[in-house]
Amino acid sequence: MRGKTGIFFKSTEFYLLLVITGLVAILTVATEDFFTLENLFDVLVSYSFLGIMAVGLLVVLISGGIDISFTATATVAQYVMAIFIIRHGGGWWLAFLIPIAIGITLGALNAVLVYNLRVHSIIITIATLNVFYGVLIFVTKGKWIYSFPDWFANGLRLFEFSTVDGIVYSVSLPIIVLLGVLGMTGFLLNRSSVGRQVYAMGGNLDAARRMGFHIFRLHLFVYCYMGMLAGMAAVVQAQLVQTVAPNAIVGRELEVVAAVVLGGASLAGGAGTLLGTVLGVTLIAVMQNGLTLMGVSSYWHKVVIGLVILVSVSITAYNRKLEERRHAEIDV
Amino acid sequence: MQKLMSDIQKLVSIIAMRRDPTNAYLLVILAGLIGIFSLILSGKFFSIANLQSMAFQVPELGILSMAMMIALLSGGLNLAIIATANMAGIVAAAILTHFIPEGASGAVLMLIMAVSVLAALAMALLIGLLNGWIIASLGVSPILATLGTMTLIQGLNVSLTKGYVISGFPAPILFIGNGVLFGIPVPVLIFAACALLVSLLLRRTAFGVSVYMMGSSEKATRFSGIHIRKMLFKIYALSGFLCGIAALVMISRFNSAKAGYASSYLLVTILAAVLGGVDPFGGFGKMMGLVLALLVLQVISSGLNLLGLSGHLPIALWGGILIFVLFLNILRARLGVGRV
Repeated sequence: MRGKTGIFFKSTEFYLLLVITGLVAILTVATEDFFTLENLFDVLVSYSFLGIMAVGLLVVLISGGIDISFTATATVAQYVMAIFIIRHGGGWWLAFLIPIAIGITLGALNAVLVYNLRVHSIIITIATLNVFYGVLIFVTKGKWIYSFPDWFANGLRLFEFSTVDGIVYSVSLPIIVLLGVLGMTGFLLNRSSVGRQVYAMGGNLDAARRMGFHIFRLHLFVYCYMGMLAGMAAVVQAQLVQTVAPNAIVGRELEVVAAVVLGGASLAGGAGTLLGTVLGVTLIAVMQNGLTLMGVSSYWHKVVIGLVILVSVSITAYNRKLEERRHAEIDV
Repeated sequence: MQKLMSDIQKLVSIIAMRRDPTNAYLLVILAGLIGIFSLILSGKFFSIANLQSMAFQVPELGILSMAMMIALLSGGLNLAIIATANMAGIVAAAILTHFIPEGASGAVLMLIMAVSVLAALAMALLIGLLNGWIIASLGVSPILATLGTMTLIQGLNVSLTKGYVISGFPAPILFIGNGVLFGIPVPVLIFAACALLVSLLLRRTAFGVSVYMMGSSEKATRFSGIHIRKMLFKIYALSGFLCGIAALVMISRFNSAKAGYASSYLLVTILAAVLGGVDPFGGFGKMMGLVLALLVLQVISSGLNLLGLSGHLPIALWGGILIFVLFLNILRARLGVGRV
């Protein structure tokens, strides 16, 4: 009976799905506005930026590392991109190319340092977070950037359609990028050799090394991928809020870590699924949106999220403890 | 010149011979930085005003870093330190601004101030015990447990204060953060007392030895008969308590409490501890290293500030220096000197 479906019913993803379904049911009954196309679209658009970064972090966590510096990477990428397209113009391809190139470069720097200094990636990336961000603010004096060119301000839209109320919906830039990133990452993690190698490295670094995997190249891949997605998230965020503010993203790194961990990724590496991360971000998004719609002051959102994190990690840890105890008895 | 060269050679060989060269590196870096800054700034660096402002700035970050260091030494991490300190500060501030009757006499005032100080410390201790309970009894890893309590408590801080600043304390409270005793700023005295006590606790007591043991191998520690659960409670309680002391220094120096104070210090405390030679996986690290690391960080930010390069350049340099020291350690291992 313990086939693939049996395992699924015991997984984090299943519990998350249950909780989210319950939440959606309650919110649909309790508020009029929650289960409307307009609201769900809004939620999707405003959390896609968090989702993109969470997916990047997932890949790093699976590999057994962690990246804290991605918020600084995103901010640097955003700044350079904004300044360039305002001064020299350009098009969408440039608006993505610049941040992606910056993200990959800074990611490569992280990878080189993590691999060569042999210190846990959390320490290295805390240091690089400070370096990237400090240099950026020093050079730019922390100025905000507004007044994007029209094409950037208008954004990208596909498949426009309108409802009976006459409200026009479209698959806009954040959604396009989020879906693209999910598809690409899903393929990489589950269907490509490099993805499976990343899982192997996170599961057991020594074993992966002895299997002949190129550990440095895998480090490069993982941190550059994180950097690239940070760059893409930066464009999405800048387009959404129409400003580039140096303090808009930095400081939110632990929020993203929380979302990914909620989705069942292990900080020890080797475990974590794309579905779990998507559900983790969804849970946070639905919860915050629901609290807003129910008129709960935004001050309390963080309290609720903190409680959810604590309850979720406690249940997981306690179950594991019980499981270990059970196994111990059989062994004796 | 010859003498200088031989001195440098002697220094290099001393560094190479030491088992843990971190303190030597830090001393050299500190001396170099002070030398450079005093040359460029010609006397301004050693002015009373600058030394005093440095002395008032170190303790806050310093005591918070100690709170982080204790958790790190045991192989854990405490991400909730800033949230804990702010909660403690807000509790003290609420008592100080709401419960002092109009025209209170000296004795009543003293009593209420004492209550506020004790309440702040008790609150910090309580949060520490909560962390300890989640980690010890539920078996959650420290990073996840404190990520959760950090979010929860930060949320409570903002909700309870609605984001406002609570300010206006009676004058005697301000002495903790701004006073000078025998020519030494009071925060420095508090910092020194904390450093001394924690250092003694770590090096001279069974508790301290157990902390280092746990950081090296939790399993071995358990098998040598040490009660891990009790230890975890004590470690996180002590970490929380130190946050309470930091909170008192902080609210007194600013004459106010707020949910967002010191929020940028969280990652900096880890940086300071690791720069001071604390192994991020636990088991190794000394108070002297942390104190030297804090001095290095403070000299950088004060020196650059005097040069008119305030703001975020110091932060960038802090990260750069940490990477540089890690690089030196690797270089030393590659060259095969000392412990590998």
